Amino acid sequence: MIGVWIVMIIGFSIARPDTFATWGNVTTIASSQAVLVIVTLALLFPLAASEFDLSISGTLGLALVLVGWLNVVHEWAILPTIAVALAAGLIVGAVNAFFVVVIDVESIVVTLGTGTFLGGLALAINQTSIGGVSEDLVNAVQHPLLGIPALFYYGLALTLICWYVFSCTPFGRYLYFVGANRNVARLAGVRVARMRILVFLLSGFLSALAGVVLAGSLGAADPTISNSYLLPAFAAAFLGSSVIVPGRFNPIGSLIAVYFLVTGITGLELLGLSGWIEQIFYGTSLVLAVAISRLASRRRAS
Amino acid sequence: MVLSARKMSKQFGPRKVLRDVDLDLRGGEVHGLLGQNGSGKSTLVKILAGYHAPEPGAELEIGGQAVDLPLSAGDAVEHGLAVVHQDLALAPSLSILENLRIGRYQTKAGWRIPWRDEARRARAALSSFGLDVSPYKSVEDLREVERAIVAIVRALEQLEGVDEGALILDEPTAYLPRDGVEHLFAAIHEVTGRGFGVLLVTHRLEEVTALADRVTVLRNGARVATAEVSGLDEDGLVELIVGRALEELFPPAHHPESEVVLEVEDLQGSDLTAPFSLQVRRSEIVGLTGLVGTGYERALYMMAGAERASAGKLRLGGATHDAARLDPRRALAAGLALLPANRLVNGGAGEATLTENVTLPTLPSFVSKTRLQKAKERRATHALLRDFSVEPPNPDLPLASLSGGNQQKALMAKWFSTGPQALLMHEPTQGVDVGARRQLFRRIRDLAEEGTPVVMASAEYGELAQMCDRVFVFRDGRVVSVLSGNDLTEDRIVQQCLLDRGSAAA
Repeated sequence: MIGVWIVMIIGFSIARPDTFATWGNVTTIASSQAVLVIVTLALLFPLAASEFDLSISGTLGLALVLVGWLNVVHEWAILPTIAVALAAGLIVGAVNAFFVVVIDVESIVVTLGTGTFLGGLALAINQTSIGGVSEDLVNAVQHPLLGIPALFYYGLALTLICWYVFSCTPFGRYLYFVGANRNVARLAGVRVARMRILVFLLSGFLSALAGVVLAGSLGAADPTISNSYLLPAFAAAFLGSSVIVPGRFNPIGSLIAVYFLVTGITGLELLGLSGWIEQIFYGTSLVLAVAISRLASRRRAS
Repeated sequence: MVLSARKMSKQFGPRKVLRDVDLDLRGGEVHGLLGQNGSGKSTLVKILAGYHAPEPGAELEIGGQAVDLPLSAGDAVEHGLAVVHQDLALAPSLSILENLRIGRYQTKAGWRIPWRDEARRARAALSSFGLDVSPYKSVEDLREVERAIVAIVRALEQLEGVDEGALILDEPTAYLPRDGVEHLFAAIHEVTGRGFGVLLVTHRLEEVTALADRVTVLRNGARVATAEVSGLDEDGLVELIVGRALEELFPPAHHPESEVVLEVEDLQGSDLTAPFSLQVRRSEIVGLTGLVGTGYERALYMMAGAERASAGKLRLGGATHDAARLDPRRALAAGLALLPANRLVNGGAGEATLTENVTLPTLPSFVSKTRLQKAKERRATHALLRDFSVEPPNPDLPLASLSGGNQQKALMAKWFSTGPQALLMHEPTQGVDVGARRQLFRRIRDLAEEGTPVVMASAEYGELAQMCDRVFVFRDGRVVSVLSGNDLTEDRIVQQCLLDRGSAAA
């Protein structure tokens, strides 16, 4: 995939040297996708444990709207605002975990429901886009470092932290076994239920964090924007599982996949294919990514 | 010849798993295909079933007709070759009839399925194989052996219209309780009686001597011999399979001491109709057995906290535990290790590496602060794999890439490494070849010699008779007899398992 990525970059650079191969384009790509990186990391925890979380984009949207509503409309200070937004993410995670782990409903059903609910809730809190989010947050997120806005580095740092958790801690190993074979994990003394609850709390929290970062990056809170993060996150997570540690969901692979996908989309858009290409590209990538990782694991098995 | 295969070879990467194997199957014969795990048996069967493509140069004739290779699964059936896989591939929630007819309904006027006619035909087919059950019964309500027969009937139905077909049975008895096996044997004779050839892949030598006319033995991917069974006994077969006379399969007997180490008191729970109590002494090996579903396996899992008991006490190493509150985590902390049956379902994660599988219960001992010490973990696993003669002893391989016997050895290493104060095992030799079986027995006996009490739940009556000091026989959810000393023989166990069966069922 990294090879294809390089070919893609070179190809687009030759085709559109004046727009694609510019520093401006690189910084745009790097920073605009940091939020997607964080949402994808959020999604990795439930996916690694063989659970789905379709409410990540709803949680992101809720946190985003809460930041705008509390900070701008109700004139709260920015720190308590962020605390409330993150707490909201944890609450969503707890609700998901309650239905999935305690009541034993399939996670895909529960989170489809909660995700849709949250989309409605965000609109109920505020129907229109709110501008004028705290300068402090905007600066913290957009302040350029080496010419690239700070949020790119946040995504990068969080990826490294998650990588450490996934591959260097017992938590990561248990997480993998809960996903690979729950029964084996249980018989070896792993607290499977606790792990499953934790992954939903983590995905709720990180999705909300992504919403806070997005609020700073936009300087505004738009209740309708969050849906555009769901499918790309899934596409990146699955595509990412075919590199670095093939066959397993892994943070660094996901980071690469996010930028791989956006490179393709940006390039195609600069070639003159307009907005619809994004959905087509992400949709195709998701199915192909899963198909490729299946084929890869089948080859290893034989 | 109903099937004649020539020069079957298969290579996975640099590994040659099958070399120029020839196989002839005559009409009306049962032909045993034998070999240790990893000898190439499964690969050969998979080529014949159309899952693997053989290397170029292979030739295959079915029913006297040359067949193009590689086969696809559908092709094989068209040419008169059907396969019954170990897992039987039946849909448990559907009826027998639906299972028999999957994919090949005979429709009238193009679309309506004439269920009544179908049922009549199915009933006739089943009863000719000694199975008098309603075709509307769902498969999950059948006993294991009945399911196996349904799978055979279905395979034969697929070959309808073929006169001289071949049927491959891939370890049909691996998961069967012993008491039903004669039914299956009768069904197999019915198949050969119709002129079909049956290729029987199995680990059970007593089945081969009882049932097969000829055998083909594979070793390291090559054919060692094809011989008439009448001139061979089980020892002769073992010698062909492992390539040398095997030392005694079972280690010499030993003598347990008198001190009670593990004690179960009034264990109650689902499938147990009476409280179960058990005292295991230092160095003692105790067997739990019975027909499948009589509760002996449940009792074992409850002792390890893997299934919830409703009441009971468990004492080990001076501590008393409430069985109703036991879970695998607490059981492990208390010093109990459970080696469950069904390796890749309960034992380990197939796609995880050997290291990851082996160190899972002992992972906290490889952590410094928050960090996993992977090099240390890998070294420890490597040493364990060598110690348990796992082949290949490469800690980075996925568990599923090993042969069954080696997987089982690796999983035994996993549980031995927890330093258990008592070892519980369920079907420890399931799908394991003779060579590995001997090593497993040796390890179990050694652990017991060091003082650890061992409880093994199994339906391998012969093994229990050889390995155990005492055997508890279960019937209808409770212990009906405890055999030991001169009473502890395979025949006695079988007798105790089956006794009163008619009245108990009524």
